[in-house]
Amino acid sequence: MSSILSAEHITVEFGGLVAVNDVSFDIPEKGIVSLIGPNGAGKTTFFNILTGLYKPTSGHVMYDGSEITALTPHKIAAAGVARTFQNIRLFGSMTAEENVMVAMHSHLKASLATTILGLPSQRREEREAREEARALLEFVGIGKTATEFARNLSYGDQRRLEVARALALRPKVLLLDEPTAGMNPQESTVFVEFVHRIRDEKGISILLIEHDMAVVMKVSERITVLDRGEKIAEGTPAEIKSNPRVIEAYLGKGVGAGH
Amino acid sequence: MAISILKRKNKKQKQSASARSWAISLTIIALAIWAFFTYLFDKTPDAVQSWFQVWMPPSTINESLVWVICALGLNIVVGYAGLLDLGFVAFWAFGGYAAGWFMSGFFHQVNIHIGSMSNKAIPGIHLSFWLVMILAALIAGFFGIIIGAPTLRLKSDYLALVTLGFGEIIPQVFTNGENIGGFNLSNGTKGISPIDAIGVFGKRLGPFDLGWKFIIYFFLAACMVFVSLRIRGGRLGRAWLAIREDELAASMMGVPLMRTKLTAYAVGAFSGGIGGAVYATHVNGIFAERFNFSISIILLAMVVLGGMGNVWGVIVGALLMAWINATGLPAVGDTFNNTFHTSINFPSYNFLLFGGILVLMMLFKRDGILPEARLKMISHENDDEASNTGGH
Repeated sequence: MSSILSAEHITVEFGGLVAVNDVSFDIPEKGIVSLIGPNGAGKTTFFNILTGLYKPTSGHVMYDGSEITALTPHKIAAAGVARTFQNIRLFGSMTAEENVMVAMHSHLKASLATTILGLPSQRREEREAREEARALLEFVGIGKTATEFARNLSYGDQRRLEVARALALRPKVLLLDEPTAGMNPQESTVFVEFVHRIRDEKGISILLIEHDMAVVMKVSERITVLDRGEKIAEGTPAEIKSNPRVIEAYLGKGVGAGH
Repeated sequence: MAISILKRKNKKQKQSASARSWAISLTIIALAIWAFFTYLFDKTPDAVQSWFQVWMPPSTINESLVWVICALGLNIVVGYAGLLDLGFVAFWAFGGYAAGWFMSGFFHQVNIHIGSMSNKAIPGIHLSFWLVMILAALIAGFFGIIIGAPTLRLKSDYLALVTLGFGEIIPQVFTNGENIGGFNLSNGTKGISPIDAIGVFGKRLGPFDLGWKFIIYFFLAACMVFVSLRIRGGRLGRAWLAIREDELAASMMGVPLMRTKLTAYAVGAFSGGIGGAVYATHVNGIFAERFNFSISIILLAMVVLGGMGNVWGVIVGALLMAWINATGLPAVGDTFNNTFHTSINFPSYNFLLFGGILVLMMLFKRDGILPEARLKMISHENDDEASNTGGH
C-alpha cells in the first residue's frame, strides 16, 4: 500500500528544546492509523507540522507525491489535508451550515464582483455549496442542526460538526486530534464505527491522536508510539500491546491496561 | 425531516424579509424627509421652520449620510473581519483629496474636462462627480492595499497601533503637502476650495441644492448597504466572519488569511474613499485640519454603538452620533445656556460624551443597540458563562 502522507525525519526544536526528534511516519492510502504517547510526547506538535502550522527544523512532509513542508496552512488544507482540533475550534457565532461552508472556501470560485452582482453562476454555486453542506451534516448525523449556531450545539454535536467541516475540504487525509475526548464509552464505540464509515464511504485516510486505549486498539490498523519526541515503536495493535518498551513508557511499569 | 426543512426555509425567509423591511422603511423615511424639505418646509409656520433650523437642519441630515457611508465601510473591516482599524480617517482624506484634485481648478496647469458641467474655459481637472467617486474609491482602495499588505500580518492590538499611526501620518502629509519637491500636492493648510458643482440630469447643484444632494448621498449609502449585505451572504463574507471568530481554525479550513483580510481592508478603504469624496462635495472644499484622529474614533464609536457587523445597527448608530455631533450638542447647549444663563461650551465636550458612550457600551451592552441577530442570541445565552465571554 502506498502512502498518501508521509513525514520523513522530522525534527522540531523550540529554542533548544527538542519537541520532535527525527520521526518518520507514514499514513497509508485509505488506512486508519494512530499516534499515541503520554502527555508532552510531541503528538500535537507533530500534527501541527503535518498541517503546516509549524515548520520543522529539519525533515520533509510529502503529500500525494509532492512536498508540502514549506506550504502555508491554508494551501495544505486546500490540497486535501484536513484536521479537527483537540479543543473544539468552531466558528461559534456562525450556523452549523456556515461552518461547513467556510471550509469550501478553496473550491468555491465566486469573486467579490460576482458576489456583489449576484450572477447566476454565483447563485448556483452557493446553492450547490449549501446542499453539499447539508449532505455532510446528514453524513455526520447532525442534519437537523443546520441553521443553529455552532456555539449552541451540544458537545457531541460540536465534535461531529468539526468532522463535517473538515470533510468539506474534500480531503484525502483527515487528522483527528483526540476526537473522543469527553465522550462516554458508548459514544466512543459509535465513534469507532463512524471513523470506519468515513474511510469506507469517502475513501479518506485517517490519522488519530487518541488517549482512549480501547478506541485506539479497536480502530487502528497501525499504531505509532511517541515518547519525549521520539518514535519508540510502530506496528499493529497486537504488536504495540505486547511491546515492553511501550508498556513501560506509555502505560507505566507494571500496568497492563487502562488509560 | 420535511418539517426541519420547512423550518429552515422560514428562518431564511425571515432573515431576508427583515432586511427588506428595513430597506423599505428607511427608504420611505428618506423620501418623506426629502419631500418635506422640498415641498412643505417653506409653507410651514415660522416657528416650525426655526425649530428645524435649530434641531434638524438639512445640512446635518446630509452630513449624517456621509457618516453612514464611511461607518458602513469601517463596519466591513471591524464588524465583519474583526480587524481593529483606528486610522480610517486616512481613507476619508484620500477620497476628499481625490475630489479636490479631479473636481476643481486646483491643477491649473492643465485643462481637462470630462463629463463635468463646469465652464470649459476654467483650467484644472474637471471630471464628472460619478467618475470622481470611482477614482476616489480606487485611490483609497489602492492605498488600503499598500498599507494593509505589511500591517495585516500583525495581531489585533499591534494592527490597531499601526493603523493609528497611519491615520496620523496621511493627514500630516496633506497638511504639509504644499511643496513636495516643488510640487503642490494638497495646497497645505489653505485647502482646496471650491469644488465643482455636482451635475445631475443636466442640472448643476449649487451649495443650496441640499435636496438633490440628499438624494445622491442617500443613493450612495444605499449602494453601500446593498454591497455590504451581498458580500456578507457570500463566500467572502463567510471567510471574514470565520477569521473574526478564529483565525487559526479559518486558515486550517483553507481560508487564505492575508488575502482575505486584505480584501476586507481594501473594501473598507474603498468606501472610505467614496465617503471622503462625498464629504468634499458636501462642505464644498478640502481642509487638511479636518482630517484628524477624532474622525476615526467617531466612526468606530458609530460602529460599536450601532452593533458591530449589523448594517442596520451601524446606520442607526451613525445617524444618531452624527446628529449629536453636528446639531444635538450645540442645540442642547444653547438651550441649556439660555435657560440657566450659563456659558458652557457644550460642543467641546463631544469627545467626553463619545468616550463615555464607548466605555458604557463596552461595559453594559457590548453588542450595540441593534446587535447582529446571531451575536444577540449567543451573547445572551452565554451571559452566565464567564468562560465564554472572556475569549472574545
